[in-house]
Amino acid sequence: MTASTRKRWQFRQPSVIPGFGLALGVTLSWLILIILIPLSGLLWRSSALGWETFWAMATDQRTLNALRISFGTAFAAALVNVVFGVILAWVLVRYRFPGKRIIDAMVDLPFALPTAVAGIALTTLYAPNGWIGSLLTPLGIKIAFTPIGIVIALVFVGLPFVVRTVQPIMEEIDKEVEEAAATLGANRFQTISRVLLPGLTPAVLTGFALAFARGVGEYGSVIFIAGNLPYVSEIAPLLIVIRLEEFNYPAATAIAAVMLVISFAMLLVINMIQAWSRRRYGYGT
Amino acid sequence: MEVRVQNIHKEFGRFPALDDVSLDIRSGELIALLGPSGSGKTTLLRLVAGLETPTDGTIYFGDEDASRKTVQQRNIGFVFQHYALFRHMTVLDNISFGLKIRPASRRPTSTDIKRRAMELIDLVQLSGLEKRYPAQLSGGQRQRVALARAMAVEPNVLLLDEPFGALDAQVRKELRRWLREIHDRTGHTTIFVTHDQEEALELADRVVVMSKGKIEQVGTPDEIYDTPVSPFVFGFIGQSNILSVRVESGQLWIEDRSIGVSAAGEPDGPAQLYFRPHDIELLEDCGGCIAGIVTASRRVAGTRHVELDIGATQGKVEIELPPEKTATDRSRIAFRPTRWKLFRS
Repeated sequence: MTASTRKRWQFRQPSVIPGFGLALGVTLSWLILIILIPLSGLLWRSSALGWETFWAMATDQRTLNALRISFGTAFAAALVNVVFGVILAWVLVRYRFPGKRIIDAMVDLPFALPTAVAGIALTTLYAPNGWIGSLLTPLGIKIAFTPIGIVIALVFVGLPFVVRTVQPIMEEIDKEVEEAAATLGANRFQTISRVLLPGLTPAVLTGFALAFARGVGEYGSVIFIAGNLPYVSEIAPLLIVIRLEEFNYPAATAIAAVMLVISFAMLLVINMIQAWSRRRYGYGT
Repeated sequence: MEVRVQNIHKEFGRFPALDDVSLDIRSGELIALLGPSGSGKTTLLRLVAGLETPTDGTIYFGDEDASRKTVQQRNIGFVFQHYALFRHMTVLDNISFGLKIRPASRRPTSTDIKRRAMELIDLVQLSGLEKRYPAQLSGGQRQRVALARAMAVEPNVLLLDEPFGALDAQVRKELRRWLREIHDRTGHTTIFVTHDQEEALELADRVVVMSKGKIEQVGTPDEIYDTPVSPFVFGFIGQSNILSVRVESGQLWIEDRSIGVSAAGEPDGPAQLYFRPHDIELLEDCGGCIAGIVTASRRVAGTRHVELDIGATQGKVEIELPPEKTATDRSRIAFRPTRWKLFRS
């Protein structure tokens, strides 16, 4: 006890690789240059508006709706991606079947494809006269030009984030753990729900956060399928662009600042949950 | 509960992992499956557990045919080499898992589950650590959690797959003694797999020596060591020397010299002579002996191991001498095996 109290807490763990100071310096300068300066410029510009103008612009009904649609659809799409992304990762990790390599490569396509291309393709499919849209229209279901269409586009762009974060952790799961559960009497459902999924929680949360963040910022694929009706299917990034085209820079920065704050807060919360669950599940120790 | 394995065959693809294996395990026995890797010992254990299905043959738990039952229905306790603990659960939750997931009709109340788990934590000497996660425990502690978890479900039979294989020597020795104590106290029928003969001989009531998918010998540690029934068992258990000899008129001969060992009743012809390095007597003069030149000598704990060159056709043998007996290089030593066995190919 005395030894540990005498020893002062320090940042630096002794290591064979020197250069802590240099590495941290480079990291911080880079972060400042690439992220912090542009973002503070944004905040600074919006602060020039004065609080009342800013508040009026940020709480404008059209802005509020756009923000709600952006965050709501991104959240829904991230949830969908968590469910199917985990299943997809499971299939890729656990089974061997012909064409597996191709499917594995296909998962990354949304990373590489210009999102506008995806947007146009999805719109063609889901428009009332498209392949899928024409089947759904008689049932009274409308997908393109509604928030559901936005969710579909965001599911498309967000899928690889979940699959690629969960996959490596799944590969590490020892088959013996499942066998151990079975010898203790657990049926398949219990093994999955009580043994396998809880162990994946930190990775699933990371995948969710990435897919969600991507969904909030997505522009290219959404504007084609959304229809962009103000108050109904207009996303916040599009509203920013509209304001910019009107040369209404203060309004654009106000919306941007609000998005920035909400996104940062949500990511911070997700990261904290993640750190907590990692510690709890014994990854960090 | 007694376990009977009857004419079990198991093939992986075209590769026969087990070939017509039968074994009776008595209730309350601690039995070791011993063999080199690839001998089928782990496969046999996993078949008893129900983690593999036999290609052919039957496994009985008591009088009941268990072969068609699933792992879950067999109610066994299985301990894996690498612990296979649930890393997101505390020690307490790991141990209670098997009871907690039972259907409501067979599930004890939650206070009973907790009491039972705490009793087991006490039994495996982990009191005070019940709130820890597996990542916060040492290897030996993890394996004790794994054993407690397996015992929590009151298994018909306890199966351990190389339970100490991943631990360092000191911990392994300690856990070995401790497992024996636990077994004597709880009396579970226990089968454990090991490739460490010292572990098997020290710990088990009976040892099953396996090789290439077959059982070579089943017996008490003494029987296995003192009266091996096959060249494999003789060579695999403990140290041994092998010499090519000839039986003629009740005597053993190496080439044209009698080695002074009488083999009355053995038919004439070539044979392999097996003997252990310590089962020898030294001779002063050689009127019927094995003689050789010392090529190496090293002291291992309480004995001196001496390597002898006994001629071009036979190669080298190793004998064990008392440490005070010095054996200088190139000196000549004559000896005769006092306890030996002949095998013919």
